[in-house]
Amino acid sequence: MNELIVIFIGMALINNFIIVRFLGLCPFFGVSKHIGSALSMGVAVTIVMTISALAAWLIEAYILIPFDIEYMYIVMFILVIATLVQIIELFIKKTNAQLYFAFGIYLPLITTNCAVLGITLINRVEGFSLSGSVVAALGAGAGFTLILAMMSGIREKLETANTPKSMRGLPVAFLIATLLGLAFSGFGGML
Amino acid sequence: MGYFGKEFAKGLIVSNPVFVLALGLCPTLAVTTTLDNALGMTFVVLIVLLGANIIVAAIRNFVPTITRIPIFIVIIASLVTIVDLQFQAYVPDLHASLGIFLPLVVVNCIILARAEAFASKNPILHSTADALGMTVGFMIALLIISAVRQTLGTGSLSVFGFHFFTLPVLGEQPIALLILPPGAFLVIGLVMAIFRRTGVMKSE
Repeated sequence: MNELIVIFIGMALINNFIIVRFLGLCPFFGVSKHIGSALSMGVAVTIVMTISALAAWLIEAYILIPFDIEYMYIVMFILVIATLVQIIELFIKKTNAQLYFAFGIYLPLITTNCAVLGITLINRVEGFSLSGSVVAALGAGAGFTLILAMMSGIREKLETANTPKSMRGLPVAFLIATLLGLAFSGFGGML
Repeated sequence: MGYFGKEFAKGLIVSNPVFVLALGLCPTLAVTTTLDNALGMTFVVLIVLLGANIIVAAIRNFVPTITRIPIFIVIIASLVTIVDLQFQAYVPDLHASLGIFLPLVVVNCIILARAEAFASKNPILHSTADALGMTVGFMIALLIISAVRQTLGTGSLSVFGFHFFTLPVLGEQPIALLILPPGAFLVIGLVMAIFRRTGVMKSE
């Protein structure tokens, strides 16, 4: 149990996916202008990451290793993620139409989000157990959502601020990410 | 040649994949701690982007529109697997320092975006030029960022064991922040702002 808590906190705060590992930056700079859409995106990514991590672990343990085709992991993982995203999209569309419209375009875009493929690759490199992999994905998703929400809150305020012309848009977003990164490096000594 | 040159040149500055299109940010920020890593990543992107653009352009008339994205992804993933295995065999050090960012080239937006937006609609020669131009643009961005980070962050500049120079004061007390993750955001943000201020790129 203790080990799982360490994995969760390590993934969410210390090795945060966005500002320490640089995974999932496209939604970070693309979507995060309003808190509402940032939260929807964060939740959608977390769900897909968790299910993908579970599926990737099972495939690694029961297909790739027994058949000795571990070098196929890149192709297998990306296909599994693409398929899962489609299934989840169909499932949500049938069961909860309101949620489906809330997620909108973000759901299909998750396939090419490097955070999702990233968590399956990290779990593989770290050699986590099944429960460890799932907890790592949950932690990474929580950290992802947290940073996305913080960033969107700051950028909402920023829209009314008088930013120098050449800094408007992306450059100032990068500088905010720098400051967030510096603040989060304080978590480094926690464990 | 005219077309070839035009498709090649647009990737350098006007639609630079990193600074203007903001594609492929994840590897750009993660591997720019040293020039070695930046050049290694550029090489991976060159092989995969060139291969993907040529194959996609060659099969563009036979691929059913509705299943094109999964087909492109499988082509890209196969190319990345080939590069991954070659790197593991021939340059294990570089393979280790690129880490998970080598397999992550599969979901690099630059590659899928070029396959989908350009190669699936244009002949092989144009797609080759597009791939080369985008790769050089990617390389320019990576080299600028990694040169700044390595010079100021470690106090000296060297590439694959060849030593260029060591800065007088920073050589002993480098700005370690620039090597750390926040430094990547800082450098790319300032470089973009400087490009816009000097008129190389348009402001928003």
